[in-house]
Amino acid sequence: MSADPHAKLIYMANQISKFFESKPQAEGVAGIAAHINDFWEPRMRRHLFEVVDAGGAGLRPLVLEATRSIRRPTPEHA
Amino acid sequence: MKDFIIPDRDFGTPAAKSKTMVTLTIDGFDVTVPEGTSIMRAAAEIGISVPKLCATDSLDAFGSCRLCLVEIEGRNGTPASCTTPVAPGIKVHTQNSKLKQLRRGVMELYISDHPLDCLTCAANGDCELQDMAGAVGLRDVRYEKGENHFEVRNTSGEANPNWIAKDDSNPYFTYDPAKCIVCSRCVRACEEVQGTFALTIEGRGFDSRVSAGMAGDNFLSSDCVSCGACVQACPTGTLQEKSVIDIGTPERSVITTCAYCGVGCSFKAEMRGDELVRMTPYKHGKANRGHSCVKGRFAYGYASHKDRILSPMIRESINDPWKEVTWAEAMEFASNRMKGIIAKHGRHSVGVITSSRCTNEEAYLVQKLTRAVFRNNNTDTCARVCHSPTGYGLGQTFGTSAGTQDFDSVEETDVVILIGANPTDGHPVFASRLKKRLRQGAKLIVVDPRRIDLVDSAHIKAAHHLQLTPGTNVAVVTAIAHTIVTEGLFDEEFIRTRCDWDEFQDYAEFVSDPRHSPEATQLLTGVPAEELRAAARLYARGGNGSIYYGLGVTEHSQGSTTVIGIANLAMLTGNIGRPGVGVNPLRGQNNVQGSCDMGSFPHELPGYRHVKNDAVRDVFESLWGVQIDNEPGLRIPNMLDAAVEGTFKGLYCQGEDILQSDPDTKHVAAGLAAMDCVIVHDLFLNETANYAHVFFPGSSFLEKDGTFTNAERRINRVRKVMAPKQGYADWEVTQLFAQAMGADWHYTHPSQIMDEIAMLTPSFAGVSYEKLEEMGSVQWPCNEKAPEGTPLMHIDGFVRGKGKLIVTEYVATDEKTGPRFPLLLTTGRILSQYNVGAQTRRTENVAWHPEDVLEIHPHDAELRGVRDGQFVKLASRSGETSLRAKITDRVSPGVVYTTFHHPTTQANVITTDFSDWATNCPEYKVTAVQVSPSNGPTEWQEEYEAQAAQSRRILAAE
Ligand code: SF4
Ligand code: SF4
Ligand code: SF4
Ligand code: FES
Repeated sequence: MSADPHAKLIYMANQISKFFESKPQAEGVAGIAAHINDFWEPRMRRHLFEVVDAGGAGLRPLVLEATRSIRRPTPEHA
Repeated sequence: MKDFIIPDRDFGTPAAKSKTMVTLTIDGFDVTVPEGTSIMRAAAEIGISVPKLCATDSLDAFGSCRLCLVEIEGRNGTPASCTTPVAPGIKVHTQNSKLKQLRRGVMELYISDHPLDCLTCAANGDCELQDMAGAVGLRDVRYEKGENHFEVRNTSGEANPNWIAKDDSNPYFTYDPAKCIVCSRCVRACEEVQGTFALTIEGRGFDSRVSAGMAGDNFLSSDCVSCGACVQACPTGTLQEKSVIDIGTPERSVITTCAYCGVGCSFKAEMRGDELVRMTPYKHGKANRGHSCVKGRFAYGYASHKDRILSPMIRESINDPWKEVTWAEAMEFASNRMKGIIAKHGRHSVGVITSSRCTNEEAYLVQKLTRAVFRNNNTDTCARVCHSPTGYGLGQTFGTSAGTQDFDSVEETDVVILIGANPTDGHPVFASRLKKRLRQGAKLIVVDPRRIDLVDSAHIKAAHHLQLTPGTNVAVVTAIAHTIVTEGLFDEEFIRTRCDWDEFQDYAEFVSDPRHSPEATQLLTGVPAEELRAAARLYARGGNGSIYYGLGVTEHSQGSTTVIGIANLAMLTGNIGRPGVGVNPLRGQNNVQGSCDMGSFPHELPGYRHVKNDAVRDVFESLWGVQIDNEPGLRIPNMLDAAVEGTFKGLYCQGEDILQSDPDTKHVAAGLAAMDCVIVHDLFLNETANYAHVFFPGSSFLEKDGTFTNAERRINRVRKVMAPKQGYADWEVTQLFAQAMGADWHYTHPSQIMDEIAMLTPSFAGVSYEKLEEMGSVQWPCNEKAPEGTPLMHIDGFVRGKGKLIVTEYVATDEKTGPRFPLLLTTGRILSQYNVGAQTRRTENVAWHPEDVLEIHPHDAELRGVRDGQFVKLASRSGETSLRAKITDRVSPGVVYTTFHHPTTQANVITTDFSDWATNCPEYKVTAVQVSPSNGPTEWQEEYEAQAAQSRRILAAE
């Protein structure tokens, strides 16, 4: 892994995705979103959305789908 | 040794467990005791102490000294009261002229072969032989001086062939054969209590002697692990603590808790004035039941080591030498810097790390500092790097982030699965209790890449050793589940009543897939399918099945998944909710459980409640009088990432050494170096302090009041036995810093902090220092529903309602071997050293482990031309280090193993920053490496040493 914050977060998000991919689709999507909402500090979510907004290259499809239910950090936090 | 301070009565033989009661008469008094009790113990129950030498209540009766004779009306002879069980209606006499005469005769014989230098003996006043001489009224010894064991030379000056010199080899105690009465208490303690079998009685009759190891061995070179059980059991000065020889006997004692591992043994700190004379295991301690290991029993010297820093220190930059200052100056400097950072970079740019070595009260205050004073949730603890997956996995499946049993539970288990834990080294007192049960016939299944001692040691042999390839835990655990489900070995009734049957159907379908079968996965895991199936059958059908696991489970990319898989196994087989079963994480540091309970993690407030819950925040907000952030904060690795990126600037780190304990040392160093204010609060200038601007000296566990919570959720008291050497207990230092940051905190005793915790945390609602005083210790949850605490969890239902079976797909770690790094490195720990070794390296324990070594299989060694004891270079894609090789077949070909107790080894230069998918717990247990012969330290080691030396300079205060 590199020190690039994006590469690292893409890796982490994909790792989470792999755990939830063995579940039924809807449950998996909800699981990823809940996990990232619960455990990722706003700075990390901001970086994630930077990736998503730039087209989401490198993210597994289930993560991309989950981002719709992931909270965007408020400006105060980011 | 006799207990002369708080007389903890010695009842002579262990308590009997029978429910049937027997009534008899002793010296005219009626007494009713459980069937199977010895006459000696029955007498002791009514306050009659029958003289004895070879009996003590931690050991089974042996009946060799013949001092404890009694008469029973209607029976012939004078039976030994220690080996004779009570019978209904018998009438026993413990004292009459015949018995008196017999006892005096026995004592006379003993004393005739014992030196009479009592006045200068270290055990003077603390010797059962002395006491018994007094008790039986021995007044003269009529034997002529003849053959004996204690005179160096006989009267004509010839050397006495029976005399053996004192054995001083153990750093902590001596063995003086001249004083030995051959009662064999030491031998039996080593067998029954410790389970090491290091001692034997050699020879017969007059020639019998206690001997450590084989001929030619001394205590240090033998198998002895220096647990102290024999010293504790010895009635004379034969086995004697060196500290007592140096200082003299103690005059008072204070009950406290060991500050090393998660077993949480209770000890008596025995004092003379404010000098600690010795630590002895406390018989009524519920975690240890009177036993100890070398760390808690002997390795406390670090608390008074010359390296300990006793003055606060500051410096402008980490390139400057340290300047000693007053506490007030240090607080001003630290708070100004932190305030400056917050003003410039906002309140999210700073954070804290709580300590799993400090007390609950201290961890609570540190997380409160960041939540209520800095006003963010950037708090984490080193539990992140060890057991965070336990919290996640057990929370998801059962609903609580903790083990299900107490340690006593092991006494009722029939089959134990031990996964990724090495308790004889990591949790020694638990290991002794486990071994005792195994010797009684319980079966053991070891799942570990390395042949740990328990696989095959004195009187213990594991039924199965599943020697898996590092990183394949999930595949193995899922294959066990596959076997249980497809062979119909599951407990249907348990699953129907305690779990969700539909969920089980989904789960069963998942694990039944042939790709999860042991046959399909054996190539990957390296575990022969038949062996795995046999182990699965044994666990499912062998009676009470329990699972104990350690860092070999959690410190993986799939650590949380394995914990879930383990919980699944327990639910599938109905092994939850009664004694002898359960899921039991073996916690690394003493207060890992407690620091997690206390809200050290960035997403949850004390009691494992997420910061997003408005109702939970309300409770804290109304008491603390501030608004709490509703977003999760940064975890340690994220803090370091944010620091490198420039958005995280200030850290208060209590009692942890993240530079040494966290993976990928270079990344940690870069993160620390990027911060403007690093405050390290510790006993020593640890490795992290090389990057610190402020150093708050810490206090040892002997110098403060508080509580630790062990791996069984047991809250134990830590008691102050001496004043803090640097002026303040750690909780006071945190409070001073909080006050300097503007907080209105006024705690005057840790009990007030516990009261606040109890007020805010439902599972602690019933905990108070009064309750702990009364009960000794208590296991949470302790509240209205369970006023006496909760030894066993999930008895009638899971905390979360229904137990949740969750599918566990194996995902191979991305840390893979290849041509450049063909070997897998896995890490562990060793008995005599603890964690990063900051404490144990500063004790005599270095006698056993002077340096970290690399274990390598003979085959791999030969391929690389590596010789035993030679320096080798260990390289991964993160970095390289060097250490000595030890060639052994304990590891499989392709696997190498080392410990990480010594900073010069810098094993974490090697480890990568891969981590658990759910909790970011680092993947310490798998790193692809290459090994090659080398001449000495690597460049990095030398640079590091130079930087460290530079950074540790201290200017004396003017
Ligand atoms: S060393 Fe102590 S315990 Fe062991 S046999 Fe001798 S006197 Fe008894
Ligand atoms: S210290 Fe422990 S291991 Fe060593 S001989 Fe004594 S009882 Fe056995
Ligand atoms: S087993 Fe653990 S708690 Fe007990 S004495 Fe040893 S280090 Fe301390
Ligand atoms: S105490 Fe009973 S025979 Fe020694």
